[in-house]
Amino acid sequence: MHAPDGFLNAGTAMATGALSMGTVTMALRQAKHQLQDKLVPLAGITAAFVFAAQMFNFPVAAGTTGHLLGGALAAILLGPSVGAIVVTIVVIIQALAFADGGLTALGYNVLNMAVIPAYGGYAVFRLCRRGFPKTTGGVMSAVGLAGWSSVVMSSVAFSIEWLFGATAPVAFDDVLFAMVGVHILIGTGEGVISALAVGAVLASRPDLVHGASDLDRRQLADTRVTTRTFVIGGILVSLVFAAVVSQFAVDNPDGLERVAQDTGIVSSASDHALADSLFADYATGGIANESLSLAVAGVVGALVTLAVAAGILLAMRDKRGRDPTHTTMNG
Amino acid sequence: MGAGHSHALYVHEHSPVHRLAPEAKIVAVFGIVASIAITPRQAVWAFGLYAIVVAGLATISRLSPGFVALRLLAIAPFVLFAFFIPFIATGETTEIGGVSVSVEGLWGMWNVLAKATLGASVSIVLTATTEVPDIIRGLSALRIPALFIAIATFMVRYLELIVDELGRMRMAMSSRGYDPRWISQARPIASSAGALFVRSYERGERVHAAMLSRGFNGAMPALDHGRADAGEWAAAFVVTACAALISAIAFLTL
Repeated sequence: MHAPDGFLNAGTAMATGALSMGTVTMALRQAKHQLQDKLVPLAGITAAFVFAAQMFNFPVAAGTTGHLLGGALAAILLGPSVGAIVVTIVVIIQALAFADGGLTALGYNVLNMAVIPAYGGYAVFRLCRRGFPKTTGGVMSAVGLAGWSSVVMSSVAFSIEWLFGATAPVAFDDVLFAMVGVHILIGTGEGVISALAVGAVLASRPDLVHGASDLDRRQLADTRVTTRTFVIGGILVSLVFAAVVSQFAVDNPDGLERVAQDTGIVSSASDHALADSLFADYATGGIANESLSLAVAGVVGALVTLAVAAGILLAMRDKRGRDPTHTTMNG
Repeated sequence: MGAGHSHALYVHEHSPVHRLAPEAKIVAVFGIVASIAITPRQAVWAFGLYAIVVAGLATISRLSPGFVALRLLAIAPFVLFAFFIPFIATGETTEIGGVSVSVEGLWGMWNVLAKATLGASVSIVLTATTEVPDIIRGLSALRIPALFIAIATFMVRYLELIVDELGRMRMAMSSRGYDPRWISQARPIASSAGALFVRSYERGERVHAAMLSRGFNGAMPALDHGRADAGEWAAAFVVTACAALISAIAFLTL
């Protein structure tokens, strides 16, 4: 997920950079309000935790492994603002001190790996919490869905950035379906591990789970959900989404083949130098069925934006309702 | 993809690049990487010149080509994606070895490969010649907001400790015969992630209490960083100017 330099064009890099910077500045202000003078040590050390958590390789199938991204997990454990900051710092330090991810790609890397998973994942979490029972199992299921959708939202965001900043004429719908398809699977692991991790925290220090601070001990003592239930649930959700996505694909059957024959789309060689600068018009040029693709981009883009905005709103509302000295001192 | 290295990539050496003030180095690195990123991809010669600049920097820093090459493996997943571009891209096609590929796609592949490799190499030179606390000091000298710097400082300070804790948990698990192959066996890993979070958070609370008992009032003391002198800024400027010049000529000649 750590995109290198030159993956998207300069205009997209700058636009996403401005967007990330604005969101993170706002998050810093809210986090300061939420944790006050505890913010620095707590956010710093939990950022080290997220860095370490990304090294937890978990088995996927038959010897292959994946690892956590942790955006949704951090947001649910720490609250969306602190979560977004913590993951942002991880991403920036990875780029600057560990040569992981391009320096000019920081704008979209922070947006895709920190801001969208934290706020979008938190919004999904809160939405699920409404419908789910007020028990440990209910919280864990909501975490699982939030973790899974945070990864999918991240892949959708990347595809939309590709629509604006493609550096090669690969059609938007191809990128979207490939990215979302792969991340629906990757997200399953993220969801399962996040849910079980939150379950483990609920078992020992339920007061540390920001997203479950409304529940008391009696409610949390209720039922445990087995790993198998989660795996089956995750697979079912993936199947439902695969079916939805393939519906879109069926509506637009021979996109790839048709475009492969259309050779008149690419503009003459003379304006290539300009095509590389700022917003290239590749993605619209390369699209098979322009109106449909743009409609898909609009709909999924709006959904992700809505989720992130909801997360931000929830974060703002939380700060009023929550006593910053709520967590117990333990040492 | 990004996992697996808590240890810094620092290489202990004595070179002019190692000695350069971190803030000057960070500015220069951003300058070079930005120049590379905006260079039009048709200017193949420009990327050749960048490669010479980067190789020169690596040599002055006494980094072996093998070291840089090994570190470049981090971008492998994107390089892999780049190789697919010519086959899935649209537009005019050409035949290479009997396979029809997109011309624009080939340019796209070249663009990603060249910029990603060069950009990552420059970042590698920075990380290999600058210790992580110095990078933070450099950022602080560059007037990055203090709150951000303070959190990043704590993260860097406790990173090795938390990663060691993770290592001990893993060793304990594998010495008890834990060898999962399927995701349904992942519960112990997730539980240890949860346990690690609780330990990290509680450590944060203890550290906060310790800070309070030593008179912490919410404001972090400023980091002491030596100011880069004029000579150091000049060195950083010369390297950045070289890269910017290459980029400017590339724009003008196309």
